[in-house]
Amino acid sequence: MSSQRLTITAGVDAAIRQHGQETYPHECCGALVGRDGAVTAVVALPNTTDEGPRRRFMVRPSDYQLAERRASELGGELLGFYHSHPDHPARPSQYDLDHAWPTFAYIIVAVAEGAAKDMTVWYLQEDRSRFEEGSLNHGENSHPDPTPAVHG
Amino acid sequence: MAKILIPTPLRPYTDKQDAVDASGATVGELLSDLTTKHAGLKAHLYNEHGKLRSFVNIYVNDEDIRYLQKEQTSVKADDTVSIIPSVAGGAPASAEATAGKPVEALPELTNEEIKRYSRHLIMPEVGVEAQKKLKASKVLCIGAGGLGSPAALYLAAAGVGTLGIVDFDTVDFSNLQRQILHGTPDVGRSKLASAKDKLNAINPNVKIELHETALTSANALELFAPYDVILDGTDNFPTRYLVNDACVLLGKPNAYGSIFRFEGQASVFATKDGPCYRCLYPEPPPPGLVPSCAEGGVLGVLPGMIGIIQATEAIKLIIGVGEPLIGRFLIYDALKMKFRELKLRKDPDCPVCGTHPTVTKLIDYEQFCGVVPAAPEPVAVNHATEITSIELKQRLDRGDALKIVDVREPNEYQINRIPGSQLIPLGDVPKRYEELNKNDEIVVHCKMGGRSAKAADFLRSVGFTKVLNLKGGILDWVEKVDPSQPKY
Repeated sequence: MSSQRLTITAGVDAAIRQHGQETYPHECCGALVGRDGAVTAVVALPNTTDEGPRRRFMVRPSDYQLAERRASELGGELLGFYHSHPDHPARPSQYDLDHAWPTFAYIIVAVAEGAAKDMTVWYLQEDRSRFEEGSLNHGENSHPDPTPAVHG
Repeated sequence: MAKILIPTPLRPYTDKQDAVDASGATVGELLSDLTTKHAGLKAHLYNEHGKLRSFVNIYVNDEDIRYLQKEQTSVKADDTVSIIPSVAGGAPASAEATAGKPVEALPELTNEEIKRYSRHLIMPEVGVEAQKKLKASKVLCIGAGGLGSPAALYLAAAGVGTLGIVDFDTVDFSNLQRQILHGTPDVGRSKLASAKDKLNAINPNVKIELHETALTSANALELFAPYDVILDGTDNFPTRYLVNDACVLLGKPNAYGSIFRFEGQASVFATKDGPCYRCLYPEPPPPGLVPSCAEGGVLGVLPGMIGIIQATEAIKLIIGVGEPLIGRFLIYDALKMKFRELKLRKDPDCPVCGTHPTVTKLIDYEQFCGVVPAAPEPVAVNHATEITSIELKQRLDRGDALKIVDVREPNEYQINRIPGSQLIPLGDVPKRYEELNKNDEIVVHCKMGGRSAKAADFLRSVGFTKVLNLKGGILDWVEKVDPSQPKY
């Protein structure tokens, strides 16, 4: 396990799970917004893959730019992205690794038969050889109300 | 000199700057200068072959350089160059066919298998993992005929773990021109027994499951249930709709193929998000409109091409590589040696895979396709309209004056004929019937009795009263009266 830690609020946790359940059996995707390793909001984004959304997601460049803009509007930074693995464990695939950006946090939520299960966070190792699992913490002062997802 | 905008994840490599100046006249030169100044960027922008990674997008002002001159795109001093990520990923690459099967459950490969499949294992797109998926997979071939033969041979060779075959036919000489699972010594044997011998000779690791039965609405769901991919190699519409509907109801992909004369078709139907056969053809053609291979003929190599396309698609679905023929309908013309592709969409109003399906269980497909099930063999021939081969022979031997009219095509007439018969192909009968004498007793025949029944009906409609149809056609004549002649 890497030394990297990511803190999420209860609202962020709920929003990611809910998004994964809504799009099941397809993958969902979205951006993580916050500051200093703490995610305070998510930006749900459309899955624009043309390779079959059951096991792929794609955030196209225009939605990436939208996510960056929303991040600054919300007074934070883009910390990374989340996506779901329908009926697959919350572990990154080779495909995830091949397409990963450095420094971003990648949250994966497993959605089994329509119900969100495990949630994990991963960081690309500097030499791109593999992902390291980070520790995902729930913020102590997190607000109990779900953070409204900003739909792109 | 131009300004390059750096996205968030790369800023640690540019001393946290979101914009960096670089020099160069083209995008390629700018990026080269950028990665010289900030060496950490290189591995994330370029792959090991020195090409920009697929998820790295470079824009000059608002234009993607893929639509300009790529890395040769020229850049002026006041242009803004942006590096914009696309973010992609997904669940472990596994086919819809094997989705849900835990990865841990994959079987190990023996040393013999590693050697056998080494040309697969050394390909990065396949490798050990995919070979194990093949070993764990189960494919069901509907039919061990023209399409099923090449498909089964290659699937067995490729290492599919369990290969099921549904067939109830025996090998006939007329099959050997294309059904390469079977050889001359197999004529008269069950197709399944012949197939099992051939497939296990190629690869004894493959478990061959034989289902010696006709596929029916009563047994299809149970037969299909254990399999991951269904390969439709059928030659008739009722079974084709049955296979489609059973695949949709069970959520199993259908690697589809069909052939006629010089043209073949292939697609992948009934995947979760893709169209099914009924999205393409909601209704079957009227019975008799589309002839079968037995009636219309087929170029022997054609099913080889199409069956192997089906096997390729089955393998791709299992190992989860490439772009399957989902939503695409491939048409192959052997005469022109051309492939065409039609786009297919899932029809939301499709009666079986649409949003409000009306077909929720298997139906009577013979009735759906307007095919009347074969009536039980009549005890006696209808003497008013039909004659058997034996009766015809007896009457000819007695010296009865019978006019025999062969309504087949000239190329069929060259293969075999009843001595003394006159050839008038069915299509010519309406314009040539006046060559015949209404006072003669006329016997019409074709290959099996279908076309000649139509000719007899026509002749009666124009006033002929003494017309007899040869029951079972010339095939029955050759079998019972003149075995010296060839059958086809």
